[in-house]
Amino acid sequence: MPSLLILIPLFGIILLNLPIRKISMRMAFWFAVFVFFAQILIAIFHYPVFWAQDARFIHFFHVGLAVDYLGVIMLLCIGIVSLASLLVGRYTIFDEKERFRFINLLMIAGIGMNGVVMVRDIFSMYVFLEVMAVATFVLIAFNKDIESLEGSFKYIVLSAVATVLMLTAIALFLFISAGTTFSAIRDGLAQYGKSRVIIFAVGLFICGIFIKGGFVPFHGWLPDAYTSAPSSISVLLAGIVAKVAGVYTLLRLVASVFGFDGRVKTVLLIIGALSVIIGALAALRQKNMKRMLAYSSISQMGYIVLGLGAGSGLGIVGAIFHIFNHAIFKSLLFVNAAAVERQVGTNNMNKMGGISSRMPVTGVTSLIGMLSTCGLPPFAGFWSKLIIVVALWQSADYVYAAIAVLASVITLAYFLSMQRRVFFGELAKGMDDLKEANFGISLSAIVLAFITTGVGILFPAVFTKLILPAKDIFIR
Amino acid sequence: MDINLVLLILMMISTLWTVMCRSLIKATIGLAVTSAILTAIMFRLNSALAAVFELSVCTGLITVVFVSTISLTKPLTHKEIEELSKARHKRFGYLPIVIALAAAAIYFLKIPNDFSDSSSMAIRSQGIPEDVCIVLWNFRKLDLFAQIMLIIAGSLGVATLFEERKIDEW
Amino acid sequence: MSGENWQSFLTFAFFIALMFVSGFYCLLITRNMLRIIIALELLIKAVTLLVIAVGFYTGMVGLSQSLVITIIVIEVAIVAVAGGIALRVFRYNDNLDVRRLRNLRG
Repeated sequence: MPSLLILIPLFGIILLNLPIRKISMRMAFWFAVFVFFAQILIAIFHYPVFWAQDARFIHFFHVGLAVDYLGVIMLLCIGIVSLASLLVGRYTIFDEKERFRFINLLMIAGIGMNGVVMVRDIFSMYVFLEVMAVATFVLIAFNKDIESLEGSFKYIVLSAVATVLMLTAIALFLFISAGTTFSAIRDGLAQYGKSRVIIFAVGLFICGIFIKGGFVPFHGWLPDAYTSAPSSISVLLAGIVAKVAGVYTLLRLVASVFGFDGRVKTVLLIIGALSVIIGALAALRQKNMKRMLAYSSISQMGYIVLGLGAGSGLGIVGAIFHIFNHAIFKSLLFVNAAAVERQVGTNNMNKMGGISSRMPVTGVTSLIGMLSTCGLPPFAGFWSKLIIVVALWQSADYVYAAIAVLASVITLAYFLSMQRRVFFGELAKGMDDLKEANFGISLSAIVLAFITTGVGILFPAVFTKLILPAKDIFIR
Repeated sequence: MDINLVLLILMMISTLWTVMCRSLIKATIGLAVTSAILTAIMFRLNSALAAVFELSVCTGLITVVFVSTISLTKPLTHKEIEELSKARHKRFGYLPIVIALAAAAIYFLKIPNDFSDSSSMAIRSQGIPEDVCIVLWNFRKLDLFAQIMLIIAGSLGVATLFEERKIDEW
Repeated sequence: MSGENWQSFLTFAFFIALMFVSGFYCLLITRNMLRIIIALELLIKAVTLLVIAVGFYTGMVGLSQSLVITIIVIEVAIVAVAGGIALRVFRYNDNLDVRRLRNLRG
């Protein structure tokens, strides 16, 4: 019954919005916690009964939804990051009515993301992407100050342009397939793949995905949106929205629809390399903590695309593993940024210093997150980056492997600089009465740090049992 | 076929008017006219249900939303803004030239017909019924569900954006 | 698809491409937030016409209309949220100039 994952939050939203005011505000938070936690449990424990086709009384959507192994990993990431974002939001948004709206919108975004990873139809995938995007537009502008509005508006305009490109491509695909399902388009492409119109359509669709995912050179909206959004929404955006919209759609389409031919691989490798380098270089110059983390996100997503562009089974496995790792450690870093912003009151790194002495939990978890991002053992980031570099080397893309390693060095540079400026060193002026962050924020930081360390240390077991089976999803 | 060509040229003219018009309200009316002509073209292409949808929603609802937004954002000092906009608006005058160039470029771009394999196309498209209602309900339930989500998200969004905080904003 | 049908489809494609050009031109040149939204509307209308035309010339009228109905709902949601944001920006800045929104540079 995979459709329960999108139906239950909807019923919850409807029930919560009925005019029985007193109970619903507090229940909203616990209901959302229940929904996301249940999603995590289901994804980890793979109840076979759950993944079977819908039982007769909920067979409403049985034509559309299917979950394979990649879908399970994505659902797990969605659950974890949404839960972290929910916890951070609970403790950073003060007004009760606003918090209620926030939880509703977060659940709608969750429904959208669950829908994207479960459908097998290109137009439905696009529509659920739009559901997720509309919820995200509102969530970015949630604080209603001029910067959030600006970031949200830029995102709307670029997202609408991506919409137009993707829809044009879908319209052109209707020439060759008798529906919009993945299998129909794949059969159509097999027959008409040489036509210039169809190649143009494929290119348009991939450009649309690049815009939605924030890859270079279409990343104009990303730093502004991540920086100006409220902290909990930055967690959601960096942790999962960009990945579902950008990378998961690429993975699914390249694997199931377009196939891995030479041109697609070249495009992926070039865009991946550009994102990795330009993201890392831009992050070096930032003074604002969240903006630096935003450029770092662009860089890490470039790694995932490089892994995909390597074209071998190993590369794809590395890409999927890096999706999971990036969801965990980037959310961790943004949770820390949320804690710092809430307690210190500013995001300007030049004004901070020595925070680690007053906020030990934030300091330690931030250190763990940083080490994982830079790809240092024994944390999880090391393994996924290693797999990607090895995959690139094995498929004779030596230049790209070298670029990946070089960017790792730059990543280390800017993160060390951030750590030195913000957490270590002397306590800056005016910070004498700094306290540790709230319980909820610290809890999510600790859990995320725990996950990334645990996955890194237990890597052999995790790899063979959980990640390697994902190779089977692709057409040979 | 001839009527289609006339309708298309009319739509192009109203699009040009929408883009090049200086006053926002007139641009909105131009958008509504474009919508109406699009509806007529859709009727001629056998798509009656979608045409009615487009007419009621786009020509009606969106025009009303735009006009109300524009009237809520009228600038205070009218005359100054008029002067400024006259100077700025000269840039829009280049649009017909751009359109003419683009038209010439596209006209000479011969796009080959790769889909002349008509037999297989006919077999494939027999699986999908012509009636929109049946297609929507049987094959596209997920899209209907997503539409519900979109409407909920949109209304929640507008409600959130228009709420004033009780705390003093300054 | 027969040659004659393809030629008529190309006529549609020609005008749709011109609409795209004018929509993108308006999007790039304008400074007013509401005009940006109008430009996005024009682009989405062009895509709607493309979907209907492709549906007509391949005989899948039912499918293309279903897609268009969903696209129209998406369009309404986007316009509503974008219009709300434009209104809010106006209340802050007293005008809708996009070039004034330069707070997030750097």
